[in-house]
Amino acid sequence: MSDKTLKRAFWTLGTVLILVGSWAWIDRWVNADRNTNYGSIVPWGLWVAAYIYFIGLSAGSFLVSSLVYVFNIKRFESIGRLALFTAIVTLVLALLSISADLGHPFRAWHVLVYPNFRSPMAWMIWLYSAYFILLLLEFWFVMRHDLVVGSRKPGWRGRLYRILAFGSTDDRPETAVSDRQVVRVLATFGIPLAIMFNGGVGSLFGVISSRPAWHGGLFPILFLVCALTSGAALLVLVSAIFQDGLRRNRDTVLALGTLVLGLLLFDVLLQISETLVGFYGHEPDRVANLRLIYGGPYWWVFWFWQLGIGTLIPIALLALPQTRRNPAIVAAACGLIAIGFLAVRLNIVIPGLADEQLEGITEAFNSTRISTDYVPSLMEFTFTAGLVGIGLILFGIGEWFLPRPEESTPEEIAHA
Amino acid sequence: MPDAATEPSTPAPAGELPDVSRRDVVARLLKLGAVSLAAALASGASLAPLLHVASAAEPGKKRKRRYGMVIDTRRCVGCDACVAACKAENKTPPGVSYTIVLEQGLGERPDDRPLFLTKPCFQCEHPPCVPVCPVGATFKRSQDGIVVVDYDRCIGCRYCIVACPYQARFSDFGEDYPAVEEHTPWASVPSPEYKQFRVRGKGKSPEGNVRKCTFCLHLQDENGEYDRASGRWPACAKTCTGKAIHFGDLNDPDSEVSQLLKERQAIRLKEELGTEPNVYYLL
Repeated sequence: MSDKTLKRAFWTLGTVLILVGSWAWIDRWVNADRNTNYGSIVPWGLWVAAYIYFIGLSAGSFLVSSLVYVFNIKRFESIGRLALFTAIVTLVLALLSISADLGHPFRAWHVLVYPNFRSPMAWMIWLYSAYFILLLLEFWFVMRHDLVVGSRKPGWRGRLYRILAFGSTDDRPETAVSDRQVVRVLATFGIPLAIMFNGGVGSLFGVISSRPAWHGGLFPILFLVCALTSGAALLVLVSAIFQDGLRRNRDTVLALGTLVLGLLLFDVLLQISETLVGFYGHEPDRVANLRLIYGGPYWWVFWFWQLGIGTLIPIALLALPQTRRNPAIVAAACGLIAIGFLAVRLNIVIPGLADEQLEGITEAFNSTRISTDYVPSLMEFTFTAGLVGIGLILFGIGEWFLPRPEESTPEEIAHA
Repeated sequence: MPDAATEPSTPAPAGELPDVSRRDVVARLLKLGAVSLAAALASGASLAPLLHVASAAEPGKKRKRRYGMVIDTRRCVGCDACVAACKAENKTPPGVSYTIVLEQGLGERPDDRPLFLTKPCFQCEHPPCVPVCPVGATFKRSQDGIVVVDYDRCIGCRYCIVACPYQARFSDFGEDYPAVEEHTPWASVPSPEYKQFRVRGKGKSPEGNVRKCTFCLHLQDENGEYDRASGRWPACAKTCTGKAIHFGDLNDPDSEVSQLLKERQAIRLKEELGTEPNVYYLL
């Protein structure tokens, strides 16, 4: 297939997904959450799983960008801004997903005005708001020099860059170096922020003592490892496709692939520990939750999607000598990991809830909202598909108009 | 932070109870061993000044109540009248039921007698649903311990439903029973909940909110008192055919609920979570 065909397929897929998703958007705003399938027994469903998935991708790829902007690792320099861009796009998708999930989305500002700081959710929201601002600032400082240079181009591109440069016209190399220092400071503050907000997402689940599947100190750590693994994996795929893709990022993809393999193995270790300790402890509710993952109605989400597609196949591809040096295969393996982590997120949210808190509660009265059987409705599925479409289109737009990074770092330009 | 007023078995100090009863004072003095003084007091001679002193200690302070229920599982026949009464009182939509009746809620029993467990919100002393609310929309009222939801502040994140170990919270998805659907005369009948008299409407609270049992607090008078004789009593307790649901102030040692707890063996559900429910079950 030629590049042109691939590009056309990419834009078509994104547009179709958005069109399908916009039906769900309209339904969400007209009928509120009447056409969703979550209820009062399983109060969180696909949209919350998608939310923690996307927000994990964001934190993960942001933390990888700090390898460039804090630790100055030259090997990853070429994908630094892609990592930041990925972090922004996935954070937007996360916020869209959770906004649809709220019963009163237009009251989200209440969290900023009436915060209850005893709530991990309030902390999480404050922290990711700060993170969002920091992310945009950092990205702007990373891009500023290129935007100023680009604003001299003729036509719409030049005009757009002028707007995005926010009046900045200084294109001296020394300023590019001082920009980089600003970026370094921002990125340094970003590391604890990203760790805290993603750990906060994990604590949001981990603090609930009535939910044995989640309750415990490992959960925030597990969320961080999940975020790092899935974020880095997505970033490998993104680096292989955009900004000249493998032609430019070949070595970076291979190096980052090794990092992803290590992170994935560590994640598997934590999950095995959770499972074995849970089963051995024989606490009935905990065991019931674990059984739901491995043998419940969604057994295939674990065995095929999470374990097969998301774990075993990519581990083999990333570890075997025949495949691990092929950047295209490494990128594909990381793509599988990124897809597999949605199953990880589903297996955290839904089996943890789909168990009766008191025996017999679902038979006590008759309502579809009072049931442990949760399958996302068509509207929920299409909404999430629409989010993926938005993500694809945002990446496409970014690829189209964001300036390419220089071949060398600002310091090297300054010395030249 | 258990303070004296919330400890289940300890009656509140006299200083907090201006209307402390004679019997209570007697019990205290007996405990102290002041038998002779008690005998004098029992004759009624010098009780009035003592009570006067007790109430003068904190004149402005209102009495703190702790409303709770004692539910006699041996009297419950599983008729679900409480469920219907609650629905009629609070006008709850499908999927929202502030009280429900579980069968065999305590697991398999060796005999073949079914065990019924009527279950309102337990209005816990340490409600796990309250601290998790990101906007402080749900809280435990200081005057009577009832856990309430501010419908206008709640953003509908449903974190409290996730945190409640007793499944006492329900999300209102804006569904209606066919008889009370929009454009029917019944649709304009307001719910008396929280004395707010809201009429259901698309997108209007409590649709999209989390809802829960309030011990029918809209039936309280301005002093926070219920009155069984005039029918201002939680709907489930009022209607119970087997008289299994006993309601009252657990801080008042003379209340029916306190007396039942003194006389009978009671349990609370999931004590291991430290929630300290204010609803007790007699076995």
